[in-house]
Amino acid sequence: MSVAVARNISTKNRVLPGFGLSLGFTLFYLGLIVLIPLSALVWKTFSLSWAAFWHTVASDRVVASYKLSFGAALIAAFFNVIFGGIVAWVLVRYRFPGKRIIDALVDLPFALPTAVAGIALTTLYAPNGWFGRYFEAAGIKVAFTPLGIVIALTFIGLPFVVRTVQPVLQDIERELEEAAACLGANRAQTFLRVILPAIAPALLTGFALAFARATGEYGSVIFIAGNMPMISEITPLMIVTRLEQYDYAGATAIAAVMLGASFVLLLAINLLQAWTRGRVERT
Amino acid sequence: MSSTTLNLASTPVPRVRAASGEAAWVRVLLIAVALLFLTLFLFVPLVAVFVEAFAKGWHTYVEAIADPDALSAIELTLMTAAIAVPLNLVFGLAASWAIAKFEFRGKNLLLTLIDLPFSVSPVISGLIYVLLFGAQGWFGPWLRDHDIRILFAVPGIVLATIFVTFPFVARELIPLMQEQGSEEEEAALVLGASGWRTFWHVTLPNIRWGLLYGVILCNARAMGEFGAVSVVSGHVRCETNTIPLQVEILYNEYNFAAAFAVASLLAMLALVTLVLKSLVEGRLHGEEAPQSFERSDA
Repeated sequence: MSVAVARNISTKNRVLPGFGLSLGFTLFYLGLIVLIPLSALVWKTFSLSWAAFWHTVASDRVVASYKLSFGAALIAAFFNVIFGGIVAWVLVRYRFPGKRIIDALVDLPFALPTAVAGIALTTLYAPNGWFGRYFEAAGIKVAFTPLGIVIALTFIGLPFVVRTVQPVLQDIERELEEAAACLGANRAQTFLRVILPAIAPALLTGFALAFARATGEYGSVIFIAGNMPMISEITPLMIVTRLEQYDYAGATAIAAVMLGASFVLLLAINLLQAWTRGRVERT
Repeated sequence: MSSTTLNLASTPVPRVRAASGEAAWVRVLLIAVALLFLTLFLFVPLVAVFVEAFAKGWHTYVEAIADPDALSAIELTLMTAAIAVPLNLVFGLAASWAIAKFEFRGKNLLLTLIDLPFSVSPVISGLIYVLLFGAQGWFGPWLRDHDIRILFAVPGIVLATIFVTFPFVARELIPLMQEQGSEEEEAALVLGASGWRTFWHVTLPNIRWGLLYGVILCNARAMGEFGAVSVVSGHVRCETNTIPLQVEILYNEYNFAAAFAVASLLAMLALVTLVLKSLVEGRLHGEEAPQSFERSDA
């Protein structure tokens, strides 16, 4: 009898009060802070004529900025998968002194304001900086070139990969690796055939998260980029430049393109995360 | 005879272990690569902030921070965070209560919408408020007629900060509350507690570490946000400059020592955030799995 009542309660789930109040406030606040302002962007985009939109969005300087933003973000996300993957592996599998501090330090790019990261990296990689002088001696310019942008974006994206891969690596059962070893696989084969397939979805999700963040990044990049037209101007900077000239229509058009790209990425990330969860649950 | 049994017993185990672990040189190499990468990309930039800040001595450092512009930037940053964080905290509590304790249609859509500010470029986060409140914006003419300033003034900065820090508390609390279920709240209600009382004495103590975790992250971003705030601020000295914007101004004036001195405040904030975060994380794992001691016993 009491079991039946309890089951009834838990399935209906409406004994708890406050549904109307909490959902109502959630929707109100979401609408006020997020949906209305974002719809202003969509509305403004549709009020532009197609010719004006296309003229802004497909102009040479803006197209060069897409190539730079997406290209640099792609390279940085790729670096992050490799080095972030190694960092996650080392943190999960090995013991070494200072591990807890290192583990906490991984989140520094989340905690350090982007402007601070930007000026610190610029100072390090400037031609007379701590690192920059050695690159300069080798004839490589880092700060104020696309290479500097890749470095800033690598900094920003690192925790995304590490924090996505770490829990998945922790959950892998060591028995599977031991079984592979018992069946005669060497360590490299075990890694490629057993471990890598298990962490591949997480690596890919981390890649997508780092890439998505890097395409929109502004604060850490503008200091090190040098912002030369056609060479080192990122897309968010193009929006800011238009705004400074009070060209709201132009800024909106470029923002709409970026927003479209973010939505596609968001969709891809959600699908990847569902895939990762599926993998973890099956193993 | 005894030596053969010893061999049989001892050799297979180490061999399997060796094969399921890496050779020593591979371990050392991987640790070295990871540490070198983290040192070059994370540790050295952090150290550089402090070294550059003190490059011209204590005196310059103190002078840069005690500068009236810097002090007013600190004040504005603290005020912005003091408004944005509590608002997003209340939102996080409401959203997680609605989503974790009840079933309704469109929940997944709602979750996606809550995460939306994270997938929008900071510059766009600022732009949307320009489109709403700017001279050519939706409410621009009305605001001008009534002499209310939102854009290029403090309210705009606060709004943009709320937007970029919007999901932090909610996305921390939703999974936590979903995992904890609602049996304890139901028991409290059955025993005669009111809804608010149940919330204060049952739910809140259960989620306190998750709540604190979300607030720490939310605060770090609120104080450090640059892109969105820079778009809506208008860079009026002593009025609409937050600490990150003050850093930018000083840096662009080639006043590097002062820029890094002010930036070192934010770097210290980041360090405090990291320490608190890892302290809270330990507590949080206890919260996520309330029956973990039973599981480890089994």
